[in-house]
Amino acid sequence: MTRRRKRLVLIGLLMAGVAAAAMLALTAFQQNLLYFFSPSQVAAGEAPPDYPFRLGGLVVAQSVKRVSGSLDVRFQVTDGNRSIPVTYTGVLPDLFREGQGVVAHGQLDADGVFRADQVLAKHDEEYMPPEVKKALQVSDNDANPSRSSGGEP
Amino acid sequence: MIPELGQFALVLALSLALAQAIFPIYGALRGRVELMAVAVPAARGQFVFVVCSFVALAYAFLINDFSVAYVAANSNTALPWYYRFAAIWGAHEGSLLLWVLILGVWTTAVTVFSRELPVTFRSRVLGVMGVVSSGFLLFLLMTSDPFTRLDPAPLQGRDLNPLLQDPGLVMHPPMLYMGYVGFCVAFSFAVAALLGGRLDSAWARWSRPWTTGAWVFLTIGIAMGSYWAYYELGWGGWWFWDPVENASFMPWLAGTALIHSLAVTEKRSAFKRWTVLLAILTFSLSLLGTFLVRSGVLTSVHAFATDPLRGVFVLGLLVAVVGGSLALYAWRAAKVRSIGRFELLSRETMLLLNNAVLTVAAATVLLGTLYPLAMDALGLGQVSVGEPYFNSVFLPLGLPLLVLVAIGPLLKWKSERWPELMHKLRGPLLIAGITLLVLSWWFWQVSLGAVLGITLAVWVATGSFEVVRQRVSGRRNPLAALRRLPRSIVGMALAHLGLAVFVAGVTAVNTFESSRDLQMRPGEAYTVGDFTFRFDGTQSIQGPNYQATEARIEVLREGKSVTVLHPQKRVYQVQRSPMTEAAIDGGVFRDMFVALGEPLGNEAWSFRIRLKPLVRWIWFGAVMMAIGGVICITDPRYRRLLGREAATRQGAVAKRFSEVRT
Repeated sequence: MTRRRKRLVLIGLLMAGVAAAAMLALTAFQQNLLYFFSPSQVAAGEAPPDYPFRLGGLVVAQSVKRVSGSLDVRFQVTDGNRSIPVTYTGVLPDLFREGQGVVAHGQLDADGVFRADQVLAKHDEEYMPPEVKKALQVSDNDANPSRSSGGEP
Repeated sequence: MIPELGQFALVLALSLALAQAIFPIYGALRGRVELMAVAVPAARGQFVFVVCSFVALAYAFLINDFSVAYVAANSNTALPWYYRFAAIWGAHEGSLLLWVLILGVWTTAVTVFSRELPVTFRSRVLGVMGVVSSGFLLFLLMTSDPFTRLDPAPLQGRDLNPLLQDPGLVMHPPMLYMGYVGFCVAFSFAVAALLGGRLDSAWARWSRPWTTGAWVFLTIGIAMGSYWAYYELGWGGWWFWDPVENASFMPWLAGTALIHSLAVTEKRSAFKRWTVLLAILTFSLSLLGTFLVRSGVLTSVHAFATDPLRGVFVLGLLVAVVGGSLALYAWRAAKVRSIGRFELLSRETMLLLNNAVLTVAAATVLLGTLYPLAMDALGLGQVSVGEPYFNSVFLPLGLPLLVLVAIGPLLKWKSERWPELMHKLRGPLLIAGITLLVLSWWFWQVSLGAVLGITLAVWVATGSFEVVRQRVSGRRNPLAALRRLPRSIVGMALAHLGLAVFVAGVTAVNTFESSRDLQMRPGEAYTVGDFTFRFDGTQSIQGPNYQATEARIEVLREGKSVTVLHPQKRVYQVQRSPMTEAAIDGGVFRDMFVALGEPLGNEAWSFRIRLKPLVRWIWFGAVMMAIGGVICITDPRYRRLLGREAATRQGAVAKRFSEVRT
């Protein structure tokens, strides 16, 4: 092979490799993109059924119920306007508490219950997941348009 | 008084950093030796003042000076002294000061260990480092002053985030920063070479030990972070593809590519332009990491700042450094020519493929990390890219890379013939083939991934041994030959072996781990595999600044006690936040992991119990890679060649001086 041929082969191989990698990455990307929805959006039917997404908001006070004899938990997540029932099985994170912000990862089932396979509550008292903060602000503005949007929820 | 002195020292450090940035570069441009001579004293002076400032902040923490806002926000009298010290870098301002301090350490190291470099080149290197340092000192003084006073001073501090109260905090950030900031040296060497227009194999040889050094620190830093997350974040994972982890992983991938491409540039004078670009990209990714973590655009345990001005400032710094150096690259790189030619089947090609894979890997991580931020900024909805994406991308990228790792070092530079390659590879091929057959027989129904992963680990390991064996066998005295092996070969083999160990660990954990959430009452037990975990009840524990509920779990195997685990649930008094302290029984072949959940009434508690085979191999592997890197750096050839070149060059300089004088 001449030098030119060799170089062409090498470049061709590299291009093919990079193209394959890019294809792969983008397909994986499409399939694994996780959207975030607030309880109001879910209630309005904006969230896709049978497809995982993330749901965030505050845990409604006195909504946390343990099923005795198992690790099943039920609670409600709200953004101030609407609330969505959530079920989860397992150990909850340290900072999971009523009135605190959480983000749950899971799927909506046919009866409108969100089945979480992962629940996150961040490790800081002052911390509010930014998605939750934004969702609360939006619902706040919808409820009383006169209030400023910059206020802490 | 002391805090004000600390702040004043920072201002002095900034003025010296500016001097270090301006005079040497201008002097090198005009060929004026007296201006270039400013570089070393300015760099060392700057370091001294940054140390003063750091000591002042440390003093404020150690004597609990809560009139300093930063101390009040991150410390507490009940905190043990070592955590009060580590709390310096427990939040934004102090960790930025640590960044600048470590840049000072590297800069001073350059002034000490590069006396033999040509004066103009060294001045340019130090000048570029001065530019970076000025930027960060300005950032520190303008947006994140750690010495701001609080009036009136509170009686008690707000305490350190309980998650950070761990030996991991003492070591993890400094190590990581040593790595991040260390790539600044490689970057400065590259930019200096572009400025001077001289880019040869000597340049590559000078920057190799520095780059490897930074890479060693980054490897250790990431491994420590992973281990810390494993036992402290409570739930026993070792890598979460958290954006902040990605921020440290991207420069690691690019830095690994850089180490390999520097080898080609040094040995064969090829890939020059690519190597320079990679040096710039690696440091840019380090800066991007700093920006992502410190600007508050990401939310995680690591993100401290939410002040938008800070984000804008770091972004500006990022644009200036990256944009400036890339513009310089575009302008000057055309002058650089690679002379080394090579055949399709050669070590160069293998290293080229290595670089292609590692760069694509870094790019996919970048995509996964930045895409959600871009979507959010453009108001297109809030998305996140999780573990499945990274796993599905890294698997197909990693497999060919692992195949290549064993082949590359066995190939000759420039050109190799297929029959010879096959002859060299017969050992690894045979052993990996047998492994594949045996594993397929046992495990193919369990997991194809496990079969592939373990086979590739064996392949890489035998390949590493083969590199050493072929240089030793057939000699009259193999032991002496082993001792005479170049350190860089030994280091490389060890690092590749570390990769094999790492891959084995990851495969075992991903395939054979068992994890279960369950509830137990005192006296109840849970059996997994050979092990039985018996819950014996809880008791209260009083710590220095927390209260804890501690469970006693006895682990039995065939009726005999193996170990007793004490997982805790802590509540820290000041911040009132609960913390899970998992109990781990570590071993070479398996870890037993128990985390205490919450009380379920009736004395029952929820637990998470995990049996993780070979999990420690993940960190063993990383440590082996780092040790391999250290061995490479100590290769005497870097110093010897440097000395010889310096001797001839100093002769030339002396001659030129005498010509100027006459």
